[in-house]
Amino acid sequence: MTAPDRGPEPGHDHPGLAARRATLGYDRRVISRDLDVEVPDGSFTVIIGPNGCGKSTLLRAFSRLLSPSTGQIVLEGRSIHEFRAKDAARRIGLLPQSSSAPDGITVRELVERGRYPYQTLLRQNRQRDEEAVLRAMAATAVTQYAERPVDELSGGQRQRVWVAMALAQETPTLLLDEPTTYLDIAHQIELLDLFARLHREGRTMVAVLHDLNHAARFATHLIVMKDGAVVAEGPPAEVMTAAMVDEVFGLAAIVIDDPLTHTPLVVPHSHAHGTLD
Amino acid sequence: MSTPTTSPAPALPHLPPRANRRRRVVVPVATGVALLALAVLALGLGDYPLTPVEVVSAFSGQDGFASTVVLEWRLPRVLAALAFGAALGVSGALFQSLTQNPLGSPDIIGFSSGSFTGVLIGMTLLPALAVPQTVWALAGGLLTALVVYALAYRRGVQGLRLIVTGIAVTAMLQALNVWMLLRAQEEVAMSASAWAAGSLNLVDWDQLLPSLILLVVAGAAVRLVVSPLRQLELGDDAAAGHGLRLEPARLGVLVLGVALTALPTAVAGPIAFVSLASPHLAKRLVGGAGLPLVQSALMGALVLLSADLIAQHALPTALPVGIVTVVLGGSYLVVLLLRGAGQRR
Ligand SMILES: Nc1ncnc2c1ncn2[C@@H]1O[C@H](COP(=O)(O)OP(=O)(O)O)[C@@H](O)[C@H]1O
Ligand SMILES: [Mg+2]
Repeated sequence: MTAPDRGPEPGHDHPGLAARRATLGYDRRVISRDLDVEVPDGSFTVIIGPNGCGKSTLLRAFSRLLSPSTGQIVLEGRSIHEFRAKDAARRIGLLPQSSSAPDGITVRELVERGRYPYQTLLRQNRQRDEEAVLRAMAATAVTQYAERPVDELSGGQRQRVWVAMALAQETPTLLLDEPTTYLDIAHQIELLDLFARLHREGRTMVAVLHDLNHAARFATHLIVMKDGAVVAEGPPAEVMTAAMVDEVFGLAAIVIDDPLTHTPLVVPHSHAHGTLD
Repeated sequence: MSTPTTSPAPALPHLPPRANRRRRVVVPVATGVALLALAVLALGLGDYPLTPVEVVSAFSGQDGFASTVVLEWRLPRVLAALAFGAALGVSGALFQSLTQNPLGSPDIIGFSSGSFTGVLIGMTLLPALAVPQTVWALAGGLLTALVVYALAYRRGVQGLRLIVTGIAVTAMLQALNVWMLLRAQEEVAMSASAWAAGSLNLVDWDQLLPSLILLVVAGAAVRLVVSPLRQLELGDDAAAGHGLRLEPARLGVLVLGVALTALPTAVAGPIAFVSLASPHLAKRLVGGAGLPLVQSALMGALVLLSADLIAQHALPTALPVGIVTVVLGGSYLVVLLLRGAGQRR
């Protein structure tokens, strides 16, 4: 693929996406106070933490949907709110936790809507839009359903279509909010493999995941959150410890070596059977 | 520069033709043909009946009296039905998309009540200003919309809250309207009530031309909100993630939707249910994603022109078209509700 003639300017190799003493919240309710956290360039960052701890809120701030009341979100060295909305959307793509497909929309039409950041009143590069859409559908293996209505697809297929829409946005950074929730295990792994491939191809990926073992296996960088604060971050091998799992999730577990990938594997104790040690 | 690439990407695959492609051409064309036929029929009907051939030749202006009948008397009314119907249809589609609710059309939210309030204020409280009724109706409708928007605003406007707020504001305006009608002088009340029934009876070129021009402008502006509207359909987070500025987009859609309802209402009075039913009918006919704006316009024109023909010619006495659309649209709504109820068992 040749470099795009339009879109992210030089420097987009280094998104440098980070929160700097950012206070995030809704109305007067503060979720995260003075948050300092960085997404390493080129990483596959996975955010974990209990429900309601502020993971989605952080992703929403990273994608400009929410502005910090104090501090800032920086991208390419400046505040993300200094970017025009569409310029920011050419740099950071978001797969929200919940979205709705208009009824009757076909796969291709939905993926095409990811091209919005590139459309201006005066010009629309249809050729480039179409290529981006085709590439996105090919990468997510949904090309064969292109003309099928999205609401007729299975959950796993549908989720791939939403990913395709985010891919069509052609952003160097992709934020995914619980992309695997509600999918069966085979489809979860299939999707995570796709993300790993997109990461290898050069994108910075940031995903919120619930499954600690998926997080440990796929992440190059882990961010652990609790009550709006980052309590640990770093490579999974360092961060994913029994002490962390106990402190953050209140779950007694042992952490062993995954025989397949040699990443940490969390094996929880079950209350029903008592603790092992 | 290492642009993220998606797979080694050799030749891109070829896609099948778009689903529904034929339907998306055939249906609008067929509707257009039906509109033309109905318009010729409408131009021929009346105390001085003309055959379709006579109607067509009247347009060349050769045939003195027939030309006067067709061009001066009947054409404004037919054009008004077409243009106002189209405007109401598009307005309905804009509002229903915005509120993500099939009942979120401007007549249910009740901007026409606001227009009526404007007209009544002009006629009963401030007749000395001699501001045309049309201006009062427009101002009333737009002001109502802005009040509803402001009342419904809480870190952005969400569909259902807009509808509920609209219904509440409408109820208050209707009370105000009744009060103004009661204390108005009899002839003023009569004329205001005639306007309130919704009729194309008195439309002539002088009234029609200015609103036609404004409608064309508003129609052109609709093009600007189409892709923002399609983004809003994806949910706020996805739309904003694509770089849409949500509230300016919503406000733009709202203002255009109100203008497209207020302009016809100003001239012809409130004509109910066209904006509710046309987008449903259009969606049924062409399918596709979201509400089809062009087909909604065509259906609106078809519904209003048909309703006006029925209002004028089907019964022994001519009725205001607003009454016919209430009966037709009301029945359609009941059918929809019964079906919906049936589907949910
Ligand atoms: N739109 C909102 N308005 C008010 N509070 C919200 C909103 N969205 C989330 N919250 C609250 O913010 C907190 C963090 O939510 P969220 O970031 O969605 O958590 P997570 O994604 O980690 O489950 C929760 O307590 C939630 O109730
Ligand atoms: Mg969440």
